[in-house]
Amino acid sequence: MIRVDGTGKTNSLIQVRGLDKTYRRGGEEILVLQRLNLDVDKGDFVAFMGPSGSGKTTLLNLLGGLDVPTHGSITVAGDEITNMSSSKLTEWRARHVGFIFQMYNLIPVLTAFQNVELPLLLTKLSKSDRRKHVETALSVVGLAERMNHYPRQLSGGQEQRVAIARAIVSDPTFLLCDEPTGDLDRKSADEIMLLIEELVGKYNKTILMVTHDPLVAARAHTTLHLEKGLLVEGAKSAQPVLAGGAA
Amino acid sequence: MKFSRLIFANLFRKKVRLILTIGSFAVALFLFTFLAVVKGAFSRGTELAGADRLVIINRTGLINTMPLAYRDKILRLEGVKAVTHNNWFGGVYQDEKNFFPQFVIDPENQRQVMTEMRVPDDQWTNFVNDRQGAVVGAGLAKRFGWKVGDRIPLKNALYGPTKTWEFNLDGIYKNEHPGGDESQFWLQWKYFDENIPAVIKGQIGWYVLKLDSPDDAVRVAKAIDTGFANSSTETKTETESAFQAGFAKQLGNIEFLILTIGGVVFFTLLLVTGNTMAISVRERTGELAVLKAIGFSDRSVLFFVLAESLVIALIGGLIGLGLAILAIPVVGAALNGLLPPLLLSASVLSLGLVFAVFVGVASGLLPGIGAMRMRVVTALRRV
Repeated sequence: MIRVDGTGKTNSLIQVRGLDKTYRRGGEEILVLQRLNLDVDKGDFVAFMGPSGSGKTTLLNLLGGLDVPTHGSITVAGDEITNMSSSKLTEWRARHVGFIFQMYNLIPVLTAFQNVELPLLLTKLSKSDRRKHVETALSVVGLAERMNHYPRQLSGGQEQRVAIARAIVSDPTFLLCDEPTGDLDRKSADEIMLLIEELVGKYNKTILMVTHDPLVAARAHTTLHLEKGLLVEGAKSAQPVLAGGAA
Repeated sequence: MKFSRLIFANLFRKKVRLILTIGSFAVALFLFTFLAVVKGAFSRGTELAGADRLVIINRTGLINTMPLAYRDKILRLEGVKAVTHNNWFGGVYQDEKNFFPQFVIDPENQRQVMTEMRVPDDQWTNFVNDRQGAVVGAGLAKRFGWKVGDRIPLKNALYGPTKTWEFNLDGIYKNEHPGGDESQFWLQWKYFDENIPAVIKGQIGWYVLKLDSPDDAVRVAKAIDTGFANSSTETKTETESAFQAGFAKQLGNIEFLILTIGGVVFFTLLLVTGNTMAISVRERTGELAVLKAIGFSDRSVLFFVLAESLVIALIGGLIGLGLAILAIPVVGAALNGLLPPLLLSASVLSLGLVFAVFVGVASGLLPGIGAMRMRVVTALRRV
């Protein structure tokens, strides 16, 4: 159950309380997120929508431990990440977060297999165990046959599938998707969304996704709208976003 | 190592740039090694000089001579074990390009003073008994394919009208010090003195004396110079190493020149490689940010950048050192004895490798620290 009023149960997988984020730009302080509360349970699929500059990506960065809030706390599976040191946070990310980016961000000089294997290099798994995990992840995304292809030899949709395999290969606690279909045509976007839905439905993954596309957002269990740094719960439907950003 | 694939894949990302950077390393390392070898050649004489030997020259300069009669006076000084004397011969073998040092020696005392230059006894006896005899270094014999029994003509114009002096090769000496000089040609004092104009007969170029103990060096040197002070030919006595160093300095401040060129090579290489690494890291800002996002630590990112620059440095360095191993003997031979023997020692090769590793690490350090400190959020925004 997803809640934004700060009254969620204490054992929510992700618990955000009183989150503020301000940036300083040219001497001016910009409040990007304010007093934000959020509770996400395991297996939830949340979409964040909102106009450009509304703080969607900032929220994702904070949830993923890539940035630190000005005030407030984020607790994931019982670990409060807001007080962690930079190195602890890096270790935490490796264990708990899978990132899927709009531009796939694969390493062009590595094959699909090698790209997916990257997060496992940080573990103590043996080479053969790593191979098994990578092959499984690539099978899940339907690219087992292309594991030796380089990113330049794959289509955009296939690249994003490899990126998804990289995000799930270490079985993270939750996945953060930043515009996962933003660089794809409608058909490929639909295939990617089917895959993400499968990760939630079949593998019980918890996914938080930022998108501008109401059709993509409609595939999530819940759509939350961010406007002027405030989080508003929306209905589970392909409602137009509050302002701008419609695909 | 499980990260090696990532490091090497990144390394070969821009093959032309990689080849050019490795090429600059190879050329720089070759130059560095060559300069170190040349410096070593000039300083070797000083390093190998006997600590218990003094050299006496005419106070006004090495080209001026001294009376042979000084020998007995010098020998009488307390602490002097043996004295020998030498002259510069300056002959030409076939062509002026075939330069090698030729010394007129005193056969009776040469072996007592220059003990490191070993000649088999039977060859030495033949030499002593042969007025036209000659002894040459093993390196010189090898250079011209000479063997004992050969007849060697040297043209000479320094002592009267140009004439050809004929010599019988009676012996070949070897230097017991590795890398020591084996390029000299020795001829007998008596044969030389008989065949030079009367006005310069009985005049020698310099004395070399062996002491009972190196501790006597200062006292004996002072006694010699004081003893001949205010005479028609005053002397200047110094240790053999000081003499060798002074001789090398006559060619200019070789060490300063070599260090300056070496310094320029070092900084140029540092800038070239540093710039290459900076561009390479900048091009991969997004990828490095992704690595950090998925859990690679700041230190891992620094390690990747340093490992890349180190691999470039090692490959380039090894190629440069390999070139030096191949080329230095060829260059040494082509110089025809104009420089002291060029000896590429294991210590020079090790120094070259240390130099390569140092430049590799130093050039990767700044870009690596930049990548390490890069904020993931900022870098991802640029992708």
